[in-house]
Amino acid sequence: MGIKKHSGGMTAYERQRRNLLKGATAVTAASTVFGVPIIWAQNIKDVTLRQFGTGVSNLNDVAAKVKEDLGFTLEMTALDSDAVAQRAATQPKSFDIADIEYWICKKVWPAGNLQPMDTSKIDNYDKIVGIFRNGKLTPESEIAQGTAPHTVGFVDGPDGKAFVNEESGWMTLIPTIYNADTLGIRPDLIEEEINSWAQLLDPKYKGKASILDISSIGIMDAAMVCEALGEISYGDKGNMTREEIDKTMAIMTEAKQNGQFRAFWKTFDESVNLMASGEVVIQSMWSPAITAVRAKGIPCVYQPLQEGYRSWGGGIGLSKNLSGIELDAAYEYINWYLSGWVGGYLMRQGYYSAVPETSKNFMSADEWGYWFEGKESEGDIVNPQGVKMEGPGAVRDGGSFYDRMGQVACWNSVMDENQHMVRKWNEFIAS
Amino acid sequence: MVSISEHILLKSDGWRATFTSWLQLSPIISILGFFLVLPIVAIVAVSFWASTEYSYHPAFIFENYGYLLSSKVTYSVYLKTFMFTGITWFFTLIIGFTVAYFLAFHVRTLPMQIALFLVCTIPFWTSNIIRMISWIPFLGRNGIANDTLISLGWIDQPLEWLLFSDFAVILAFVHLFTLFMIVPIFNTMMRIDHSLIEAARDAGASGLQILTNVIIPLSKPGIMIGSIFVVTLVMGDFITVRFMSGGQSASVGRIISNEIGLLQYPAASASAVVLLLTVLIMISVMMRFVDIRKEL
Repeated sequence: MGIKKHSGGMTAYERQRRNLLKGATAVTAASTVFGVPIIWAQNIKDVTLRQFGTGVSNLNDVAAKVKEDLGFTLEMTALDSDAVAQRAATQPKSFDIADIEYWICKKVWPAGNLQPMDTSKIDNYDKIVGIFRNGKLTPESEIAQGTAPHTVGFVDGPDGKAFVNEESGWMTLIPTIYNADTLGIRPDLIEEEINSWAQLLDPKYKGKASILDISSIGIMDAAMVCEALGEISYGDKGNMTREEIDKTMAIMTEAKQNGQFRAFWKTFDESVNLMASGEVVIQSMWSPAITAVRAKGIPCVYQPLQEGYRSWGGGIGLSKNLSGIELDAAYEYINWYLSGWVGGYLMRQGYYSAVPETSKNFMSADEWGYWFEGKESEGDIVNPQGVKMEGPGAVRDGGSFYDRMGQVACWNSVMDENQHMVRKWNEFIAS
Repeated sequence: MVSISEHILLKSDGWRATFTSWLQLSPIISILGFFLVLPIVAIVAVSFWASTEYSYHPAFIFENYGYLLSSKVTYSVYLKTFMFTGITWFFTLIIGFTVAYFLAFHVRTLPMQIALFLVCTIPFWTSNIIRMISWIPFLGRNGIANDTLISLGWIDQPLEWLLFSDFAVILAFVHLFTLFMIVPIFNTMMRIDHSLIEAARDAGASGLQILTNVIIPLSKPGIMIGSIFVVTLVMGDFITVRFMSGGQSASVGRIISNEIGLLQYPAASASAVVLLLTVLIMISVMMRFVDIRKEL
């Protein structure tokens, strides 16, 4: 679908792969390129890889494209974040590929159900954005608080259980998508300028605010708010002390009891409905939810805030049970994933891809300018399904990739005091 | 099979007869054993296990119960759940009884009774989630209810408490569960001998007296079965409370579902055991009022 615009943009890599699947002669030639045993030219068609993850990247279009480009079958199961963590930790036989977030990785990696990946088998490894390798977007960047992806991105060896800080060559997750989250607002229902997280608790929006009820993420948004209010200054918002957690939840509980919140949401669709129906005018939100609201013709802005973004990243990890031809197919899939088509697809939804430069080949110059460079659009901007998102002259909320990812204040995380935090969060919900 | 058991009975061998009865019982015993007893035993066992953030392992600790019973969240959540249960029970009973009464005593012909009874079940042709969610656009700030009230001039400002409130939760519960009251009450009412009502009338009883002295006592088993349905459904619910309160109210079921989501299986099991005991106590108290076995 996306490829028709870019017939000229097909990389050598891509052509190789297509030829490879066409005949046995190409197989011998290609075997040197991939450096993996090519025993599977025909067999690989029988391979089925079972992938599960959150709805954001578990897309049927990707599975269809895998079938077309690589020849094997990818079965997708979309679950919510809690269920994803649960399955990765407790049902290792139920999946081959886990599409999980980095903070979930920190939680489930010690369960030993995933195997690290040999980075020498990843073609575009060197082109992966620095955030996922050494933590730095640019050499001058400061590393944000929370579970920054590179801190749980590598382990010490093929059977490694301990995370290491340097690029060890054994990667836990291959980054797929990531983004910087902020508050979504309804500009038609809000008169003043929104520029701070603190405004989520502004009494003006009493009964019209919302926050997400996924404790590990919600607590971060709550911390951004409390810090912006000047009520609490945190050592590390991604790893709060008990006292910090208690104070944060006390402020949120008071707001809840004063009727500040209209609802709490747990799924993407709920956040879209709350915003689109006007029940809520300011809330924590995810990027594609904003575009979903806008696609209904309702104005919605992903408001950049002075305190910065709360960021998250996801990646795919391999099940411990993968071996032989399935493992080869999985590496093939990962290499394909980073080769650009998926990246282009996801970037047209407002996410970022781990290897932006390959995605560029699968986007028009205008799309690249709008989504990545923060430039004004020249023509219509359409989403991957072909629905018009923006007309000419639109600029992405928050600007360019470097403007947005450079303003990350905190990464989604799991805290040492996680259990205490969850209990406090439950008290907050029950209060 | 039949010939074998006859043969055995003819021999009237005591041990064999016992064996045969057990054999005949074995399907139900194995079904109940596998699908009821075994899972409950597993839940009870896991409730004593220890857990970390991402794993759990066999142990025999009381910490799960210790935290559960000492947390003030537990008590406030149980209080809230009892409140939902009580109010829902009251309204489903009133509505369910009235509808069943109408069907059983005011609709004259059997085909009409069956037809109207089927009409009551029509909402059940869709999933209960859809029935529940359809309230959301109706009750919303800019929903049909508020728009209508405003255009009628009854209110100036949209009523905020219609949606994402305890009111919305109870409304959805009553809507979802009234049928569970109608069916058993209607069933027992249909068995009431109409000559009893005629006799009461001949003896000079007023309509109200017939209701309180004849119909209600004879409908008690149905009322009790319906009540058990409603109480257990509301006590165990997690999804209605979440959607209709906009995630702002907690119920026992939601706490368990949260714990499962956070991989805290032992804690979730302990909560489930406490909930199970609570519901069993409630039902045994209810059974005190009516001997269902006798009445059926």
